[in-house]
Amino acid sequence: MTTESKPVSARTLYDKIWDAHVVDRQPDGTCLLYIDRHLVHEVTSPQAFEGLRMTGRQVRAPERTIAVPDHNVPTTWDREQGIENEESRIQVEALDRNAREFGVVYYPVNDIRQGIVHIVGPEQGWTLPGMTVVCGDSHTATHGAFGALAHGIGTSEVEHVLATQTLIQKKSRNMKVEVTGRLAPGVTAKDVVLAIIGKTGTAGGTGHVIEYCGEVIRNLSMEGRMTICNMAIEGGARAGLIAPDQTTFDYVKGRPHAPKGAQWEAAVAWWKTLFSDEGAPWDKIVTLRGEDIAPTVTWGTSPEDALPITATVPAPEDFTGGKVEAARRSLEYMGLTAGTPLTGIAIDAVFIGSCTNGRIEDLRAAAQILRGRRLAPGVRGMVVPGSGLVRAQAEEEGLDAIFKDAGFEWRLAGCSMCLGMNPDQLAPGERCAATSNRNFEGRQGYKGRTHLMSPAMAAAAGVAGHLVDVRELATEPV
Amino acid sequence: MDKFTTLTGIAAPMPLVNIDTDMIIPKQFLKTIKRSGLGVNLFDEMRYDRDGAEIPDFVLNQPAYRDAQILVAGDNFGCGSSREHAPWALMDFGIRCVISTGFADIFFNNCFKNGILPVVLPPEAVEVLMADARKGANARMTVDLESQTVTTSDGVSFPFDVDPFRKHCLLNGLDDIGLTMERSPSIERFETRMAQARPWV
Repeated sequence: MTTESKPVSARTLYDKIWDAHVVDRQPDGTCLLYIDRHLVHEVTSPQAFEGLRMTGRQVRAPERTIAVPDHNVPTTWDREQGIENEESRIQVEALDRNAREFGVVYYPVNDIRQGIVHIVGPEQGWTLPGMTVVCGDSHTATHGAFGALAHGIGTSEVEHVLATQTLIQKKSRNMKVEVTGRLAPGVTAKDVVLAIIGKTGTAGGTGHVIEYCGEVIRNLSMEGRMTICNMAIEGGARAGLIAPDQTTFDYVKGRPHAPKGAQWEAAVAWWKTLFSDEGAPWDKIVTLRGEDIAPTVTWGTSPEDALPITATVPAPEDFTGGKVEAARRSLEYMGLTAGTPLTGIAIDAVFIGSCTNGRIEDLRAAAQILRGRRLAPGVRGMVVPGSGLVRAQAEEEGLDAIFKDAGFEWRLAGCSMCLGMNPDQLAPGERCAATSNRNFEGRQGYKGRTHLMSPAMAAAAGVAGHLVDVRELATEPV
Repeated sequence: MDKFTTLTGIAAPMPLVNIDTDMIIPKQFLKTIKRSGLGVNLFDEMRYDRDGAEIPDFVLNQPAYRDAQILVAGDNFGCGSSREHAPWALMDFGIRCVISTGFADIFFNNCFKNGILPVVLPPEAVEVLMADARKGANARMTVDLESQTVTTSDGVSFPFDVDPFRKHCLLNGLDDIGLTMERSPSIERFETRMAQARPWV
């Protein structure tokens, strides 16, 4: 057993963060990895806290453990009156009790800082470059945007981290996804990540940690980078990474839990060493040209079912192997016919929010499309800010008024209709333009039909009443 | 955790690719604060209609497969969320082994924490096992973790790989947390070093 890492000349960003967190290494390569930040929400933690109680164990590092309820919380304005659904209420109450009993950092429902755990972490400065971040939630990959090694874990591992502040891990392989050049107007981070998944497939990143790089990624804001890394898991990779740079440092600086003074200087000095060395070995490389990416939507029930908005619905015969049957099933579930132009698909609902696209920049992008416009007749729309602070910021900028004038409901923060654990759900057969991350069967509600897209595309679809190329709408006089 | 040594049982064929965790256990069943009792809702939306009646075509509703202990599944099984409710539901139903050409990473990991063995085999092998599973209740497959083999009802065997540490834990039903807590001195040394090197963390 040794605490030294193998001497290697050129390392990837993933290698560097990994090496900096190895507590010890077994001869077979299994490592005990130290965890810097453990985020906790109400759905995947009750059994873990109960496990601690049953074994008489404590939370090893409560000051590194941040809890916030998000999946079950109502997003309606009357939520201070409590949660109507009994099971949801019990789960949130359990988090409340566990957080207080074990003394972890906690943002309760009525705290302005409450929100989706993956939006709250970065917003409060808990997420910093070079850290290891875990949460019982697959979209923990979001935090990789800061150059933090961040991934989802199961509840048994949640209990393991609570008790030991470590995880037993074997190293994943290194995958590089490079997006070169520049994006055309109207094309956003969401389109980029959907295009990547469309190319690699949902299992393309399995067993790998993906580092996203290239000029397009460099030019993205932190919000955009979080959108990209958020969906690493939809490409099969537990974690996505983007090397920290000045954009990252500018975002982090001054946040409540970011380092200050001399510690800030020391931190930045280390963060600047966090990049993949020239000549670092990659197990897999995928390259996309930014110029080739169009506004992208999904047509099926897997995130890999992504196509440019200018395309038509594919036929099962367009695929091979097991995907033929899967595509047939998807088309039936989605109620779509092969050959239909994607822009011909009428929608019933628009959902703007989630850990993928519930940040201020996302709301601004949607509001820009909606200013002076209204939802098409018969289309319902819901905007759910990712956190209380995002909501407050949006209200300060007057975005809430734009959404309300356009006919949208303006809600309180939570996961909401991304997975419909609270009452925010699609009705059977209802078709939704959604800014969330999964179009799985039943994800947004029993028999609900989800098309994934960017906030601007979702807003535009709401106005048109059908999927539409935002580039056409944007050119119309407002 | 329950040990996994050797298992001889009925295998149910589920050739669909990309079976996600929302299919395995839909979100409305994640509101439990317990680990048990999820088996009745395993594959809920594929298995029951809106009124709660069984959909006869669904494999686990067919008489031959109601007591299945093994699933032979399409590629990328368990993709999607990190919900450990997925292996809890499989376990509660009685599934102790899933065989596929590939699994999503988090699901794969969660299986080992719950006494379920996920077996990865090449497409040709899975094809043979899928055909064997289609024979129904008379065809019992055997999965032997010690010798790392899956054997069809006709006696055709396929060797599989498994991580030695995970194999050891599964064979002995070991609790990870207990093992790691024995290494507390290493964790303390790491924390001391880190407090020097990266005090801002």
